[in-house]
Amino acid sequence: MKIKAIALNTFKEAIRDRILYLLLFFAAVCIIFSRLLALLTVGDRIKIIKDVGLTSLSLFGALMAILMGTGLVFKEIDKKTIYTIVSKPIHRYQFLLGKFFGLVLTLFIMLLLMSFIFLALVFFHTFTIEWEMFVAILFIFFELCLITSVALLFSCFSTPILSSIFSLAFYLIGHTAWGLETLIKKIPPSFGKTMAQALYHFLPDLENFNFKTEIVQNLDIPSEAFLYSVLYGIFYTLFVLIIAIVIFRKRDFI
Amino acid sequence: MATVLKIENLHKSFKLGFLLKKKKILRGISLSVEQGEVFGYLGPNGAGKTTTIKCILGLIFPEEGNIEIFGHPHLSPKAKEKTGFLPENPYFYDHLTASEFLDYYSQLFLIKKEEKEKKIKSLLRLVDLERSADLQLRKFSRGMLQRIGMAQALLNDPSLVFLDEPLGGLDPLGRKEIRDIIVRLRDEGKTVFLSSHILQDIEMICNRVAIIVNGEIINQGALHDLISEKILFTEITLSGVGEKELEGMGEYFSGHGDRTLLKVFKEENVAKVLQLVQSSKGKVHSLIPRTETLEDLFVEIVKQG
Ligand SMILES: Nc1ncnc2c1ncn2[C@@H]1O[C@H](COP(=O)(O)OP(=O)(O)OP(=O)(O)O)[C@@H](O)[C@H]1O
Ligand SMILES: [Mg+2]
Repeated sequence: MKIKAIALNTFKEAIRDRILYLLLFFAAVCIIFSRLLALLTVGDRIKIIKDVGLTSLSLFGALMAILMGTGLVFKEIDKKTIYTIVSKPIHRYQFLLGKFFGLVLTLFIMLLLMSFIFLALVFFHTFTIEWEMFVAILFIFFELCLITSVALLFSCFSTPILSSIFSLAFYLIGHTAWGLETLIKKIPPSFGKTMAQALYHFLPDLENFNFKTEIVQNLDIPSEAFLYSVLYGIFYTLFVLIIAIVIFRKRDFI
Repeated sequence: MATVLKIENLHKSFKLGFLLKKKKILRGISLSVEQGEVFGYLGPNGAGKTTTIKCILGLIFPEEGNIEIFGHPHLSPKAKEKTGFLPENPYFYDHLTASEFLDYYSQLFLIKKEEKEKKIKSLLRLVDLERSADLQLRKFSRGMLQRIGMAQALLNDPSLVFLDEPLGGLDPLGRKEIRDIIVRLRDEGKTVFLSSHILQDIEMICNRVAIIVNGEIINQGALHDLISEKILFTEITLSGVGEKELEGMGEYFSGHGDRTLLKVFKEENVAKVLQLVQSSKGKVHSLIPRTETLEDLFVEIVKQG
């Protein structure tokens, strides 16, 4: 109940932020731009629209998650609104979870809006509703939840600008870490290889949430892959949230 | 009387800058507050008043020391349910209206729906913000913020209320309004912990005070024990008596026009001065006996420290 109250207040506050609408606008521009791009290329136009559209959803969703997630907790501490909350019979983890769910709700709505634009564009092209798209979007949502938790974690001990940079790095590394896997396969067994393997397991692999190519190309996806991604998302998010709570619990609000 | 708040040997330091040099802020604060009193926590700027209150409310963690509220550890929900808090220079979510804001906070106390509306209405009436119930907090003046802050501190009907500089930055009328609310809380049997450096206000409403300077409590006790009621001197403003005749009676200042201000230290001299005025057909404009004030004590203590 207390978490819900905080989440709803967070949502109300987040939804008023102009940055969100600026990003939404750019996302729409990108999605519509894909239509233009498709006209200029030979080959399967609808595939380009879908590819660019889904990438925009993921990228702009991530930017929203990072900017909101790093700003909102900091603002409560900076403006001292947190003083009157923490002094009430409420646990600090409830506050943090409230923030998390409020942000997730905000991102859900934003993702819905972006998806609407995207799916409308696809619909005008194919005149069918493509349900597989929802699967890809659902996994983008899982990814955004994870990024939100990461942004919250950084904002527990750092300034918004630094936290944004860290979170953005997390996003970029998360989408390129699979390159490391190919690299590992190429290097001969050595200390370097063990290190690289350890690093690979530690680094986030956000490509787990990327079913874009498979869905756009109409490839079969084994159901274990879905299950693995869902579990990966849930456990990673929980893990990050727990670290955030541990740090937040001991923090001085000065 | 029951002890409501007990603080023992509280120590806190802040780390400063990147070098992480430690600066001691609280050096062993101990105090206790009894049920039903208005307790004044006095000290100059930077003495550590706000830091103490933040420790009590669990916003920061002391390195050492023990705090109990109603016999419970201060961070336990049982303790928090019975306390209210108004921070200094309060600021709240400025996108909410006054009643939305109180509604949000009452959810954090799990106050039931039926009760909630009544409660919010009566609190808004108490702090005289009924007409601003639907105004966004961003449009609130300093005094209004202080009053809505007071309302949120009282949402759970607390038995112990912490007010950090509740009268800071308010005009005389605003100060009176807040003071009236505090007196009302006292009359309802609640305990009030009030930090301030405005002595007159404390003098008017507090039963007991503790004086903190540089992170240490220098003096604490009942107000009438700390300041004696002995008359220090008497100020007499008079006219129509020559300077020569008044010699030896006290300190002499010539005031506006023909008026003279005389500071008389010996009580028997007061009668002599009055006789002199009568015999020389002069006039007494005012006669004020000055007892010791909290301010005298305060200035003295701070100077020593
Ligand atoms: N965030 C902070 N970092 C470092 N030092 C701080 C911080 N906040 C306060 N201090 C220091 O702690 C000391 C006590 O501050 P505190 O706010 O408790 O004083 P106060 O008695 O409430 O003063 P005031 O009457 O001005 O409100 C001051 O010397 C101040 O410089
Ligand atoms: Mg202060």
